[in-house]
Amino acid sequence: MSGRSFCAGATRFVVLAWVGQQRAGQAPPLQVRRAVVLFCSVVFVVLTVCTGVARGQVTPQRLLDSAGEPQNWLMYSGDYAGRRYSMLDQITTANASGLVPKWAYQTMAGGKFETTPLVVDGVLYGTGQDDRAYALDARSGRPIWQYQRALPADIRPCCGRVNRGLAILGDNVFLGTLDAHVIALDAKTGNVVWDVTSADYRSGYSFTLAPLAIRNLVMVGVSGGEYGIRGFIDAYDASSGVRKWRFYTTPGPGEPGHDSWEGDSWKIGGAPAWITGTYDPATNTTFWTTGNPSPSNRGAGRAGDNLYSNTLLALDPETGKLKWYFQFTKHDEHDYDATQVPVMIDQGEKHLIVQANRNGFFYIIDRATGKLISSNAYAKVTWSTSKDVEGRPTLDKNGSPTLEGNRVCPGAAGATNWMSPTYDPQTKLFYVTAREQCDIFSTAPQTFEKGHAYYGSAYFPNDDAEPFWGALRAIDPLTGGLKWEWKHPSPTWSGVLSTAGGVVFTGDAEGNFIALEAKSGKVLWHFQCGASVYSSPMSFAVDGQQYVAVAAGSALFTFGLP
Amino acid sequence: MSPTLVRRSLRREFLIPFFIGCILPCVVGMFGIALRAQDKNPFAGNANAAKVGESQFRANCAFCHGLGARGGGRGPDLTRAQKRHGNADADLFRTINEGVPGTAMPPNGATQQGVGMTEEEVWQVITYIRSVQKKADAQAAGNAAHGRELFYGSAACANCHMVLGKGGRLGPDLTTTGSARSLDYLVESVRNPSKRLAQGISEAMKEFSQEYLTVTVVDGGGQQYQGTVLNEDNFTLQMIDTREQLHLFDKGKLQSMEESRQSLMPAYDQKMLPEKDLQDLLAFLLTVDSGAEGAK
Repeated sequence: MSGRSFCAGATRFVVLAWVGQQRAGQAPPLQVRRAVVLFCSVVFVVLTVCTGVARGQVTPQRLLDSAGEPQNWLMYSGDYAGRRYSMLDQITTANASGLVPKWAYQTMAGGKFETTPLVVDGVLYGTGQDDRAYALDARSGRPIWQYQRALPADIRPCCGRVNRGLAILGDNVFLGTLDAHVIALDAKTGNVVWDVTSADYRSGYSFTLAPLAIRNLVMVGVSGGEYGIRGFIDAYDASSGVRKWRFYTTPGPGEPGHDSWEGDSWKIGGAPAWITGTYDPATNTTFWTTGNPSPSNRGAGRAGDNLYSNTLLALDPETGKLKWYFQFTKHDEHDYDATQVPVMIDQGEKHLIVQANRNGFFYIIDRATGKLISSNAYAKVTWSTSKDVEGRPTLDKNGSPTLEGNRVCPGAAGATNWMSPTYDPQTKLFYVTAREQCDIFSTAPQTFEKGHAYYGSAYFPNDDAEPFWGALRAIDPLTGGLKWEWKHPSPTWSGVLSTAGGVVFTGDAEGNFIALEAKSGKVLWHFQCGASVYSSPMSFAVDGQQYVAVAAGSALFTFGLP
Repeated sequence: MSPTLVRRSLRREFLIPFFIGCILPCVVGMFGIALRAQDKNPFAGNANAAKVGESQFRANCAFCHGLGARGGGRGPDLTRAQKRHGNADADLFRTINEGVPGTAMPPNGATQQGVGMTEEEVWQVITYIRSVQKKADAQAAGNAAHGRELFYGSAACANCHMVLGKGGRLGPDLTTTGSARSLDYLVESVRNPSKRLAQGISEAMKEFSQEYLTVTVVDGGGQQYQGTVLNEDNFTLQMIDTREQLHLFDKGKLQSMEESRQSLMPAYDQKMLPEKDLQDLLAFLLTVDSGAEGAK
């Protein structure tokens, strides 16, 4: 019962009780009415404060218990562990060959369509290029509301005018925008509930990720590693939009890690955090990953490890305080962002975080301490042939970019990128999109100018006759060993979904959306979407029918059994 | 009148004329001023701007146009005096900002990969291109008329390549190749065509273009076809065979399929095409696109 209806009911009860005791038709004295109103107000405030945003449709508890409602997809990766695993099992290895399109929703926007939609109680909430957002009838695809941010004309986001999705909490959905705002939209109407400016887009700051909701907080990490920004992760009060904390990913003077930067380079050191984090309720720790130091391919001028670039951060969600960190690539010169969803895996006594990193290594990390357990290449790697005492791959001397250019694998787009991997607790396998592409890395000296591109680098596809390719790889997350792979004719930007029906879904650059047997990698079904898939699929159910959804081109497609 | 009708009629009677009469001319006027501002390079001849422009070029353009702007397998050699899409500063500015429809040249900022350049940075890049540009195009030493004879005659290029609508279909159309590729690349393509296969279809959101791979298939009925790949994915193949027939296959239904990076085009060595003939052929390809050939 909401506080408001409780109050109305209580007032009526008191009034009726009074009437019962007194003569009919006589109103209670003013003092009594005042007392009732005062009492109700206190109860209302207490209820509001105690339950916070829990009064709304999606309570923090629902997010914690997402496993209890497999028909819904409540956050970017499906659950707090970042597994992108659906417990729905209507679509199986036996019937997946009969999948058919159910409906498509067209944004009519160009560029990369990277969204993973949410589904809550029959309503699908998605985003699109140029900061579109929409709510659809998840059964029919018909729009309930549509929102598009009026973006300033002078934004110049790197890498497309993209957005990867929303978070939901209470009665609102949350959107991070290309002009660096965080916005709460009413989930029923799309009306703007609050809108806060997080940073100045003119300096290169933007948001492209789907926010993460934890308790009463909405967390976002900033994009802009191509501009010489100072990266950060923010937490906002979900009901008011008030910022509760900010964690700067390049430490300031006096903070630990500050001495990992040369001079003032930390001020423009990049280390953005543009992929959604994960959360471990057992230890109340949220895990976020960061991207390249700026300039991305030129180490001169920023001598040192450049903390916390290319790092896994374990933060206290209440305060933003750092519990521990693990840096994957120190003093990076190849744009090897660690912005891949850090996936939590529990097997027996083992509590792990695993990541198939853009630098080509698969890392297994102890979730309690941040200590590296192992690192093994899962794609072709030439930048590192040795490891430090902790077992962390280290850059070879001749791996640095030069003015003439130096061929290095993986290439600038990485052995994988932001597209989500998945962990299937049934097969106990980790599935990741791998890109086999090497590039020639060349420096392009650039002076820093606020809001201007600051790569300090150039890269070209290598000039030998070896064509680039890709693969969906199934990896044993306890060893990093390869179980099977499905080859893509060219590198793809599609993420992967695993499902309890024993089927994994992914896409390719040629426009196919593909279902494979999780155990073996055998193809069960495919559908031609008409444009390269630049998104990570998800699954939901309405009225007992399981759907799988994926964005491609300017359309969001859904599939199900006939 | 309902409130809606009042609003509509207001729009019709006041807002639309106001827009046409007042706002539109202002916008068009401003646009015109903006356009005029883009006619001339504010950094023309400025060595510092050229240096900054070189960095911008490396980061934004060299991916296709090569280090030093000398072209690559993807983009034209920009050190040439003649630019296919216009030589004036304003032409270059437009080409960079708006891209070239129907080609792999994207509009500035729309590559989906990088940041894109400000107006100032575009002018710096143009300044850099001007600084490395040759005074006049080195005319290929050869005789274009003889090159034309070779192309359509004894060298048999036209069996597989089209120029200005005449010729074969198995290989890429070469009408614009003379202006779109460096001389080095053209020589390499004739002498050693398998070294870097020509690129075919580019799909809007796909990073890499399809190459002219050689393919040999045996279909379900046992019929064998050889030709070049027009496009393919994991499940289907679109090819043209040596008799210029299109074949569209479901890969799962083929008995066999073999792809090769050995081009169907023979490598024209000195014996097949002496140096002088090669120069004549290149001279022909370079003049084709200048319009002179089109008039013939």
